[in-house]
Amino acid sequence: MQIILNGEPYELKDGATAAELVQQLELTGKRIAMERNETIVPRSQYEQTELQPGDRIEIIHAVGGG
Amino acid sequence: MNDTFELAGKTYSSRLLVGTGKYKDLAETKAAIEASGAEIVTVAIRRTNIGQNPNEPSLLEVIPPEKYTLLPNTAGCFDAESAVRTCQLARELLDGHSLVKLEVLGDVETLYPNVLETLKAARTLIDDGFQIMVYTSDDPIIAKEFEDMGCVAVMPLGSLIGSGMGIVNPYNIRMIKERLTVPVLVDAGVGTASDAAVAMELGCDGVLMNTAIAAAKDPVLMASAMKKAVQAGREAYLAGRMPQRIYTASPSSPDEGIFFDKPAS
Repeated sequence: MQIILNGEPYELKDGATAAELVQQLELTGKRIAMERNETIVPRSQYEQTELQPGDRIEIIHAVGGG
Repeated sequence: MNDTFELAGKTYSSRLLVGTGKYKDLAETKAAIEASGAEIVTVAIRRTNIGQNPNEPSLLEVIPPEKYTLLPNTAGCFDAESAVRTCQLARELLDGHSLVKLEVLGDVETLYPNVLETLKAARTLIDDGFQIMVYTSDDPIIAKEFEDMGCVAVMPLGSLIGSGMGIVNPYNIRMIKERLTVPVLVDAGVGTASDAAVAMELGCDGVLMNTAIAAAKDPVLMASAMKKAVQAGREAYLAGRMPQRIYTASPSSPDEGIFFDKPAS
């Protein structure tokens, strides 16, 4: 299935969870936060959150800024 | 001198708050922040780079949340909605940390705050349990409005973000400080150490800066200068300056005992 990850199309196996996406991106254990269709997905719910085709996912981190 | 500063229920000894943007690399970021003595450090919230080396060092490794009070900002937000989303992501990122720097900008040329959108965002965020340090214009009426809403600190601009023009309206900054009870910090516009000292001499509780340090030729040395300037300005404020005597000289050495003729007055 295709999702929109950080504004770009991204291929993912059908029925993948948020945790599997994070793993595929090699971001497991990193300091990140996720939004699915403009709603926060708490880290504690990555395992249970099954993604749907067309989901708009944002994965963010902290960068330098004032 | 024991002069601490309380913000959102926590006590700090440094009144200099610094940003982490525009440094050449993370090593320089770390060195400059250490030299500044800052305890509160701002960060921005941005997309992760998908497909890039996931093991490259990250900002939070050099600015660990265990050591610093991190202040996520909403830089780049031009409406209340995106600022609220950014704060919610920041809170999730930092394990429930609710202290944020809210800034909602008006346009890309001036980066001047859009106070209408900022007010809207502040209301939503306060209702959602956030502690807001708000970047705003140097308007004393709006500043008071933010205090009355429940913002934990009000941060009027000295001048435009990244401009280094200093404090262009010191009278407004002083008026804001005199009218508010929450901490007032000058945010944006500081260009060099004397600007930071001026902010503190006006009675402000602190100063937040980024470009003045990061864009100096030697950022680490400038960070050290800023640390001293903030301390010096604070001490001068507490010491109480002498009255200004416009066009009136007053000798520091005694008139008595002069052993030669002096001009008649």
